Amino acid sequence: MTELPASTNRKMGLVIDLDTCVGCHACVISCKGWNTENYGAPLSDQDAYGADPSGTFLNRVHSFEVQPAATPSQPDPAAQLIHFPKSCLHCEDAPCVTVCPTGASYKRVEDGIVLVNEDNCIGCGLCAWSCPYGARELDLAEGVMKKCTLCVDRIYNENLPEVDRVPSCVRTCPAGARHFGDLGDPESQVSQLVAERGGVDLMPEMGTKPVNKYLPPRPKDQLDEQIDVLAPLLAPVTQGPGGFLGWLDKALDKLPGHASGQSSGGST
Amino acid sequence: MHPAPSVILFTTLSGLGFGLLTFLGLGYPGVTGWVAFVFYAIAYALAVGGLLASTFHLGRPERALKAFSQWRSSWLSREGLCAVAALLIMGLFAIGAIFLERDWRLLGLLGAGLSLATVFTTSMIYTQLKTIPRWNMALTPVVFLSFSISGGALLAGQESLSIWLLLAAGTVQLAYWAKGDKAFAASGTTIKTATGLGGEGTVRAFEPPHTGSNYLLREFVYVVGRKHAQKLRVIALLLGFGLPIVFLVLPVESSLVKHLMAAFAVLSHMVGAAVSRWLFFAQAEHVVGLYYGKR
Repeated sequence: MTELPASTNRKMGLVIDLDTCVGCHACVISCKGWNTENYGAPLSDQDAYGADPSGTFLNRVHSFEVQPAATPSQPDPAAQLIHFPKSCLHCEDAPCVTVCPTGASYKRVEDGIVLVNEDNCIGCGLCAWSCPYGARELDLAEGVMKKCTLCVDRIYNENLPEVDRVPSCVRTCPAGARHFGDLGDPESQVSQLVAERGGVDLMPEMGTKPVNKYLPPRPKDQLDEQIDVLAPLLAPVTQGPGGFLGWLDKALDKLPGHASGQSSGGST
Repeated sequence: MHPAPSVILFTTLSGLGFGLLTFLGLGYPGVTGWVAFVFYAIAYALAVGGLLASTFHLGRPERALKAFSQWRSSWLSREGLCAVAALLIMGLFAIGAIFLERDWRLLGLLGAGLSLATVFTTSMIYTQLKTIPRWNMALTPVVFLSFSISGGALLAGQESLSIWLLLAAGTVQLAYWAKGDKAFAASGTTIKTATGLGGEGTVRAFEPPHTGSNYLLREFVYVVGRKHAQKLRVIALLLGFGLPIVFLVLPVESSLVKHLMAAFAVLSHMVGAAVSRWLFFAQAEHVVGLYYGKR
């Protein structure tokens, strides 16, 4: 049944640190690599080596430019570039589950992971329509809906070394920007990280109650004064020619006729 | 949203078909024999044709039967069940009218109710989606129902009634457009709520995740033809409601010309309704576009 469970025993999910993410897309690639060979149908590509390549991905990294508002102390603040990985947020109130006509989409009671039973999926696409985050993509080769499984085939997999029993994206992140754990347990490392850094929900107004949290970028350091020791050496040497060259420049300017594009003295 | 031809055909044709079935079930016109056969043939061709077209956009149409199982939570499932129930009940009612010259009143009323319920459940598939503010309005089911009922009245030959119903449906359509144009802004969802970034400053989509396109952009960020939206709205109103009303009120003597006029009215209404439905999809903006800096 595609009714949502009233509550789940645990709320497994990801915490993504937007301050740390460097936008390398390693999580995108490792996700595609792991999930194309394991749970469910492979993640197909269309026209992969042609003029218009596209494919199914469960995790994508956007980049946003944030222009902070001017303040009296910072009248002209510099823009920041924020890399923004986005995958399924395993919402508590997941609209993608309840809209499913076949019962293929479901949320697990034991850990809150939202999954698709691909054998029951008719590929109507309605779950993707209902997801505000673009977390679900219909695989064009297989005709079924694909989504992040939180690497359900890794996190409980006793054939893997314990260090690998986390989602592929978390394991691979070279910046340590992705964290995995139980967000339903206030004592867990991820919950404490969210509390400490003020983790936020995406589109809270949608009422989906996402489990995954995003840690906002920290404010950038502001330097009070110029401390660059090389700066004095880089100051312009001459503002304009003086002496004989200055006189020549002015005299030539006075002559009739159009001055060529580059004035010899560069003083104008 | 991508205006898939299969979905536009489905909602337009089956809306009309179930509208006609509603009037037949109510007994307007209370026809029997061959005349009834023609009416039911048209109604079933539209309703079933529309339903079949809707399966073309499925990734796995061979599993379509599974879609009847989740009626407790899914409007799509409820729609499937209502449609099958309406077609079965009205099928029995039609057998009575065509072959036995019988008018099984209770069955007809039940069938009419189920036919309207089918149109309502179809509209709720779209209305329930918070992700598409232009659809997530109480007016959406009113649009679907008023189109279906006015088109049904037109097909059922209820001339004087259909003039008023067409006027009402045209008014609903205008109200839907007026409210829908403000829906996205009114939803409060912006690139800032989508990303949690920006504070008092501004946020701009700087770089998409991929240089190419993807399923999300093809399905949800459809901008082709939006620049013609105003012209298409005028066309939809004129063909869907204006012209049919003119055809209906023209004073005609001969019954042949009268039938011809009615046929023109029906065809014009169908084209207008299809244009309106195309706009319904093409103008609908999904919030996921915000992540791509697009609408």
